Amino acid sequence: MAFINIRSKEVQVKIVYYGPGRGGKTANLEYIYKKYRNNITTEMVSLKTHDDRTLFFDFLPFDVGKIKGYDVSIQLYTVPGQVKYNATRKLVLKGVDGIVFVADAMVEQRQRNIDSLIQLRENLDSYNLNLNTIPLVMQYNKYDLKDAGVPLLSTQTMQQDLNSQLRVPAFAASALVGGNVIATLKKIISLTLSSIQDQLF
Amino acid sequence: MKYPILTEKQLDAIDEILEEKLIKAGVRNVMLIDMAGNTISKQDNGQFKIDTMAFAALAAGNFAAVEAMAKLVGESEFSLLFHKGETASVHFSKVSQNFLLITMFQKDLSLGIIRLKVTDTIDAINSIIYS
Ligand SMILES: Nc1nc2c(ncn2[C@@H]2O[C@H](COP(=O)(O)OP(=O)(O)O)[C@@H](O)[C@H]2O)c(=O)[nH]1
Ligand SMILES: [Mg+2]
Repeated sequence: MAFINIRSKEVQVKIVYYGPGRGGKTANLEYIYKKYRNNITTEMVSLKTHDDRTLFFDFLPFDVGKIKGYDVSIQLYTVPGQVKYNATRKLVLKGVDGIVFVADAMVEQRQRNIDSLIQLRENLDSYNLNLNTIPLVMQYNKYDLKDAGVPLLSTQTMQQDLNSQLRVPAFAASALVGGNVIATLKKIISLTLSSIQDQLF
Repeated sequence: MKYPILTEKQLDAIDEILEEKLIKAGVRNVMLIDMAGNTISKQDNGQFKIDTMAFAALAAGNFAAVEAMAKLVGESEFSLLFHKGETASVHFSKVSQNFLLITMFQKDLSLGIIRLKVTDTIDAINSIIYS
């Protein structure tokens, strides 16, 4: 849950990028960090293995300015995507306010995306959170690979697989080149902030 | 994880407790965070500034990981966590289900003193939050 400091008029919001391993969660944060480096006062923290896989989480905090008189600080996290890391994945979800589900558009990742979403639902359940009601944005990543001739799932297929029941905002993106990375971020921030407004105002 | 929004009065009282009981005893930094890694209060002695936001995120993750390990060995929790450095040390202590107190101090203070002060501080914080 968001932390609201009514004395210093500060809100801290936790947004988690979730999805199968190698889908591009870390790449999203890296792009955001690069893009907004001048406005981000702290370093991005990455707890990773020697071969550059996320071990625990990536962490990137930044301020989005004042909203209704409150200084809003957004804290972005990624989870480790590898199947064996579910225990740590679950820990990162503690106190989550909004989620970006980063799915991998490569054809051979189809089942992994579906499995990861199912596990997300279970992990949220363990905190009494509900995938159907938590602020959520879908991102179908790696669409730049189309030009390279890599077989990709169509956005319709991905919508069908992952978003036919949830019906949340979805973006085809490229975390590598930056396509729709910021649009995804803006959408999840606005959904998350409006969901905590009742507490705030 | 859900706890009521703290009032201004409660936040002021917490700041004061941290200052009185820990900073005045010689602690260099102290932070009260929640289990999601949000910072509720931070105090320092004016000489050591750290990136508290990153620190809070790492501390919450670290504590959660240790707690999950405790469950695996059949403990309900390891309520105390302590990292000793060359000159500085960090002490973590659970305040309640929702909060964690992190105390950073130098060689001149013993762990015994810190534990005493921290226990005292936790009682005070709990009575501010839950009364
Ligand atoms: N072509 C392409 N590669 C990507 C994209 N996003 C991530 N990658 C690559 O996919 C690999 C895994 O990305 P990473 O962000 O570490 O995935 P994570 O496990 O979800 O954090 C890396 O080699 C990235 O460079 C993308 O949009 N397009
Ligand atoms: Mg990663």
